[in-house]
Amino acid sequence: MRNPSLLLSALKADRGGQVLLGLLAIAAVAVPVLNLLVPEGSFFHLSTYTVTLFGKYLCYGLLAIAVDLVWGYCGILSLGHTAFFALGGYAIGMYLMRQIGPRGVYGDPILPDFMVFLNWKELPWFWEGMNHFPLALLMVVLVPGLLALGFGWLAFRSRVTGVYLSIMTQALTFALLLAFFRNEMGFGGNNGLTDFKELLGFDLKLPGMRVALFLTTVLALAVGYIGCRYVIASRLGRVVQAVRDAEGRTRFIGYQVESYKLWIWVFSAMLAGIAGALYVPQVGIINPGEFAPINSIEVVIWVAVGGRGTLYGAVAGAVLVNYAKTWFTAAFPEIWLYALGALFVVATLFLPKGVVGLIPSRKEKLA
Amino acid sequence: MSTSPATTGPVGLRAKPTGKRRSTNAPSPDLSHNIILYVEGVTKSFDGFKALNDLSIYIETGELRCIIGPNGAGKTTMMDVITGKTQPDTGSVWFGQTIDLLGLTEPEIAQAGIGRKFQKPTVFPEHSVFENLELAMACDKSVWKILFAKLNALQRERIDEVLGIIGLKDQRSAKAGALSHGQKQWLEIGMLLMQDPLVLLVDEPVAGMTPQETERTAELLVSLAGKHSVVVVEHDMNFVRSIARKVTVLHEGHVLAEGSMDEVQNDPQVKRVYLGE
Repeated sequence: MRNPSLLLSALKADRGGQVLLGLLAIAAVAVPVLNLLVPEGSFFHLSTYTVTLFGKYLCYGLLAIAVDLVWGYCGILSLGHTAFFALGGYAIGMYLMRQIGPRGVYGDPILPDFMVFLNWKELPWFWEGMNHFPLALLMVVLVPGLLALGFGWLAFRSRVTGVYLSIMTQALTFALLLAFFRNEMGFGGNNGLTDFKELLGFDLKLPGMRVALFLTTVLALAVGYIGCRYVIASRLGRVVQAVRDAEGRTRFIGYQVESYKLWIWVFSAMLAGIAGALYVPQVGIINPGEFAPINSIEVVIWVAVGGRGTLYGAVAGAVLVNYAKTWFTAAFPEIWLYALGALFVVATLFLPKGVVGLIPSRKEKLA
Repeated sequence: MSTSPATTGPVGLRAKPTGKRRSTNAPSPDLSHNIILYVEGVTKSFDGFKALNDLSIYIETGELRCIIGPNGAGKTTMMDVITGKTQPDTGSVWFGQTIDLLGLTEPEIAQAGIGRKFQKPTVFPEHSVFENLELAMACDKSVWKILFAKLNALQRERIDEVLGIIGLKDQRSAKAGALSHGQKQWLEIGMLLMQDPLVLLVDEPVAGMTPQETERTAELLVSLAGKHSVVVVEHDMNFVRSIARKVTVLHEGHVLAEGSMDEVQNDPQVKRVYLGE
């Protein structure tokens, strides 16, 4: 960063961010200790299942930040952000599939099981090289980034805004859902990619590996948060907020609004891709269901419930709503969607600033 | 605006525009014929209604021009055409001798040196007064530059200076959305000043202002003329009389009369269509 002092002063003024980063630091220490060092029978032992569950929530947190960045700060309501999330997930999933090697059910040293099953003889071109981890990592950001660039360039240049843009993002993710369902696409069709064995040679089932993935997620969320906070604190952040509040006016003072939207949109898509790439090794599967439009809508609900336009609120919303989802879908699976809908209505009507808006700020306390 | 100390004086101390723009990579207009803005034969219809009908107006370098006319005379449409918001059906709009404005987008026109104040004050409500001025400031406005942009001492000084000119020093940290109507008008004028344009298009600057505020606005606009070319669209006839040197009367998208306030007021055609006599 060429402007470290700006970042420091931004973080100093960001109480919610300090709390978030503090909690992440605590989790980074406590979770490995409670899982690996505390014996299994102990009351304080944290099961590996729970570690992975927390890791999953934090991936959602990163995805929520990405959505908050474009929605809360630039006014672009994306109802298709899980498309970028799922693409990042597929990129890492391809790498994990190639890692299986001859240990698949059909024992083919190169071809993943689903290709053998489809009677394919050769690896499709886009699977070449995906056994190399650095290339897979590059694809995690490159593929969502390029898709966002193409989509955004067309949409923003044509000045599609508001609800029309939201509908187009829904269509985008739905189109990808349909495409990835097809076996011919070469991504495992309906079943997606699964049965992963190892990442960088480490068994994904080992508790140590689970903790490592969790810690990587914590780190990614922290770095992602700080990166977004920097962007928002920079003058670019003020320009995108100006675009959100008065797009035409921003043009008339000389800003190429389309370029700014495109930049923040692509950046956000890349963050979502990283979140997806961290998610897939932890849950052990990626299938076209991740592209479902409802998923993207859920992300918007997390952000609205947590508190839009704050970044940390998005993380809070993602964790809270998903915790509620885990609990609800176990206890009352049939009413979860109603509860989610009700939550959204309540948040919209009574908590315009979300859950984090309930905490009085320093200024209000003084007053 | 200022990147060299020589240009940081209060308003009124700067030399006539030379057509040279600082710290932007936009092209500079060629002002060799002393005309900064050519609007020639411009026609624009909306669903058959001719908002502009073969309109031709020439703005001289450094002049203060008032444009008056009844509602629907095409005043705002004319500004929309000049600033790139609306494309005319026919006609041409040139900035100096060389820049064809019809081929440029809104931000390109703004960067070239044409600033606009809207009829309804549009400031950025969630930003502070200071930030509003900072955003409007003339500089390289490409994305990566702005991501790492930092205010230097001269730029801060300039913002402080403009805060003084528009009388909002005490509100510098206040949210622009919390300002009164008149203050918002002033802030928008301040944003225009920060843009440091060669041409200022000012749409109804004193609407909703108190008489004192109106008077101060008049002083400010008069002081700006000379080093900027100022085009003011206004309904308030007393205000126009107090500042105008040359007045253009629009009617049904066409120039009806042009001249000093007295000449225009005594023009029989103007009396008939505009003053209702």
